[in-house]
Amino acid sequence: MKALEVTGLSAAYDGTGVLDDISFTLDRGALAGIIGPNGSGKTTLLKSIMGIVKPASGEVRLFGEPLNAVRDKVSYVPQRQSGDWDFPATVIDVARMGRYKKGKLFGRLSAEDKKAAEEALEKTGLTELRNRQISALSGGQQQRVFIARALAQAAEIYFMDEPFAGIDAASEAAIAGLLGEMRDAGKTVVLVHHDLHTAAGYFNSIALLNRRLVAFGPPKEVLNTTHLRAAYGVRFGTSADIFGGTGPEAEKAGDR
Amino acid sequence: MNDFWIVVTGILVAVNCGLLGVFLILRGAAMTGDALSHAVLPGIAAAYLLSGSRHSAVMLIGAALTGWLAAYLIEWLKKKIRLQNDASIGITFTFLFATGVILISAFSGNIDLDLDCVLYGDIAYVPLERIYAGSGDLGPAPVWLLGGNLVPVAALVTFGYRGLLVTTFDPGFARGIGIASGGWHYLLMGAVSLTVVLSFSAVGAILVTAFLTVPPATAYLISKRLVPMIWWTVLFGVISAVGGFIAALRLDTAISASMAVVSGALFAAVFILLRLSKLRKQADRSRLNFSRK
Repeated sequence: MKALEVTGLSAAYDGTGVLDDISFTLDRGALAGIIGPNGSGKTTLLKSIMGIVKPASGEVRLFGEPLNAVRDKVSYVPQRQSGDWDFPATVIDVARMGRYKKGKLFGRLSAEDKKAAEEALEKTGLTELRNRQISALSGGQQQRVFIARALAQAAEIYFMDEPFAGIDAASEAAIAGLLGEMRDAGKTVVLVHHDLHTAAGYFNSIALLNRRLVAFGPPKEVLNTTHLRAAYGVRFGTSADIFGGTGPEAEKAGDR
Repeated sequence: MNDFWIVVTGILVAVNCGLLGVFLILRGAAMTGDALSHAVLPGIAAAYLLSGSRHSAVMLIGAALTGWLAAYLIEWLKKKIRLQNDASIGITFTFLFATGVILISAFSGNIDLDLDCVLYGDIAYVPLERIYAGSGDLGPAPVWLLGGNLVPVAALVTFGYRGLLVTTFDPGFARGIGIASGGWHYLLMGAVSLTVVLSFSAVGAILVTAFLTVPPATAYLISKRLVPMIWWTVLFGVISAVGGFIAALRLDTAISASMAVVSGALFAAVFILLRLSKLRKQADRSRLNFSRK
């Protein structure tokens, strides 16, 4: 059974189409990147899969079922700006939100819920910051808090929107390490990502998007010059830029 | 005894408004409460015109329904037309309020509906509106109404705590886990609308807006977590009500206004204390560094 099946998905925003007939499938244990230029519909694709944006047509199945039947297995990490970081809440407060469930918002959190939240902090290296107010965190720490909240959900498939955007090198390394651990534990992870230079090193599947699905498959097959020019336009150089450039040094010298 | 009822009314308004105000200011919607309090006017007028009764229950229903409509309109302008939040509020409440004024003035010949009376309740008159059961005097009606309103408001904040928390902090995530942000928004706005209408006719416009925003904002200055913020809000609200009443007696001035002024003074005092303690900490630290050198 496939972890994710997207079939003929189209979506419109304000009457203009942003996603055109997207189809792909992911196996369990996939660590997939959704890559594309700004405005290519990466976030919209993620939101359509999560049922936040209503697709104009097409279908999404998770583990063979519609989203509502498998919500407990699905976790979502929105962009960091989605949260109010001046909110009166501590790191552990946010992690515990991962245990909130539809239809189970009342009553108390169980001991198991609390344990899951503490473990999520442990995994993201936030235990020492447990009682710190979230406004006093760095951008990278805030991103890790969001990931901790998702880990607390103990889901099977994780959708993350730009978890590497605007964070420090230490947090980036920590998150990259976590993604590897999650994949090894058989979890499926789907990431919106816009740094081409690190993409080849992070993912085992890549969906190259520019409103339509330009290419989908393993990085070596997807990230060639033809595909990248189709997605990013002719100003793009050659794919050698990407495969030549892995490792922290190359990232620092990268164009962003 | 009259003094007692006035203070109780002040405290009830402070607690009702404060509990909801916490979530309003965190959602960046503090002025929505103020807008709702004006937007309900056509509802009050229409309820009166249709029923011909000045019975407060009828007007209350009219007001609460219009309040809800206003909350919906604001949301609709914001989401569908993509207007700014404050512009949406401005359009909605001025339009509805002015419609209410026209309704009242057009039928002013045969309506005994005093604008001042509808809009500017005065807490000093609270003890005069009494409820009687048989031969017993049960006390002022506003106290019963506001006390009764506290039950659903406290229930919403207690049992709806997680839903309100997650949809306020991160609505995107809330939708991602299947929690309807819209549902919680209208639940909150329904409670705000009812509370504002009840409080408004008892204590007047300015005090309602003050109690919706100032004690929660004061609590926000010093709270690291949401639950303490709620308790601080209640405490600051109660202090403002009691302190404002005492000040009004001493200085022989308007009671509602004094309560609002005390809440503002409390905000300033907390802010200044906070700054002073921060400065002192910095001074201690630099002295420490100096002695190390």
